[in-house]
Amino acid sequence: MSGVRLLVGTRKGAFIITSDGSRKKWDVAGPHFAGWEIYHLKGTPADPDRIYASQSSGWFGQVLQRSNDGGKTWETAGNQFIYEGTPGTHVWYDGSPHPWEFKRVWHLEPSPRDPDTVYAGVEDAALFESKDAGQTWAELPGLRNYPTASTWAPGAGGLCLHTILMDPTNHDRMYIAISAAGVFRSDDGGKTWQQRNFGLRSDHIPDPDAESGHCVHRIAMHPSRPNVLFMQKHWDVMRTDDCADSWREISGNLPTDFGFVIDVNANEPDTVYVIPITSDSHHFVPDGKLRVYRSKTGGDDWEALTKGLPQKDCYVNVLRDAMDVDSMDPSGIYFGTSGGQVYASPDGGDSWTAIVRDLPAVLSVEVQTLA
Amino acid sequence: MIQVVLPRNLQILAGVGRVVELEVSGPATQRSVLDALEASHPALLGTMRDAVTKKRRPMVRFFACEEDLSDEPLDAPLPDEVASGKEPLLIIGAIAGGRR
Repeated sequence: MSGVRLLVGTRKGAFIITSDGSRKKWDVAGPHFAGWEIYHLKGTPADPDRIYASQSSGWFGQVLQRSNDGGKTWETAGNQFIYEGTPGTHVWYDGSPHPWEFKRVWHLEPSPRDPDTVYAGVEDAALFESKDAGQTWAELPGLRNYPTASTWAPGAGGLCLHTILMDPTNHDRMYIAISAAGVFRSDDGGKTWQQRNFGLRSDHIPDPDAESGHCVHRIAMHPSRPNVLFMQKHWDVMRTDDCADSWREISGNLPTDFGFVIDVNANEPDTVYVIPITSDSHHFVPDGKLRVYRSKTGGDDWEALTKGLPQKDCYVNVLRDAMDVDSMDPSGIYFGTSGGQVYASPDGGDSWTAIVRDLPAVLSVEVQTLA
Repeated sequence: MIQVVLPRNLQILAGVGRVVELEVSGPATQRSVLDALEASHPALLGTMRDAVTKKRRPMVRFFACEEDLSDEPLDAPLPDEVASGKEPLLIIGAIAGGRR
């Protein structure tokens, strides 16, 4: 029987929320790893019952967890993320050089083909690879040794590598995004990288259209059209049609183009979702209204989706990894908030239901579509 | 047997109760006790001290016999009461720090 499984990471544990294909009744299991921050969980496309979880704490550091039974039971995996060679420095908040220091894993991206291969995007920004199901990790140092790396500076959340996208049609091509450096593309499996920020403009850096320094919050791809990427930048919603060689703005009629999440409908490559946030000083939705915005034209023209979402006295945020889509028809859309609600739409965003309301603040939402 | 008291989060991580009993070969020091603890419970590797440098994590403290031993040398002998198992070594998550 088909169904969906949501993997929800929160400030104080992980939750696994399941439903059958109707996506009307939900079962909430957890908290797993109660009391720990769970920045991200993700299932392995090649073996959906294998799930990786990034567990961390300001007191006790980074732990990696792995489940081989769909999240029922867990075992610790390797948590040694050691930069290759002598790490240099990046720019600190006050402009001074600051040594590269590992803090946590922000994002885990299992290989689409091999259940034992998984990538980790970490803070301070670097990309690690494991080929043994997370037991051992090796840095792909070409990224951190990129010529502009010494100029990278942290965003408010830290110098984090938060997005990893794999091109399903080209096994050697991958994209990553770093806040606040920008987008990078590799065409050789992560050995070497090219910065790909042409067309981005950011007023918070001295040269607004510089090659480096853009606070990219999230990028998204539809697997059927991997040359097209969508981006929620700190400010501005952007799009590329040429594998990130150039970007153009598609913010259009959005009420504000600040935000964190962006995602693409699983069945409609030009249907894109964002959740506008008031500003970088007001990390909550505008006007007390929680509204998802959908474009069916690949950007520029956006419609507010409000049915079932609170339209007064709502002041939550939605963080960059806290939205995902399932691949059923119609595609289900899911997101979690800083207020602990997880909302689901089984009809592509037309209507929404809070499937759970009172979790700890949500850091990430991933959905698995189960056969 | 040396007794080590773990904070709640590490109890959950290691799948143990509040007190872990350890057999330590040689002199009882912070290093030898933590080596034995990590060897018997590998899930704790890296959570109390850096796995490579062995430097204590900033928000982790080591108490015993009503004394703060956190900044004692790693190879300094622990109090006789700890070495004999009469008193536990307390591993504490500092009350300040981390993210609320």
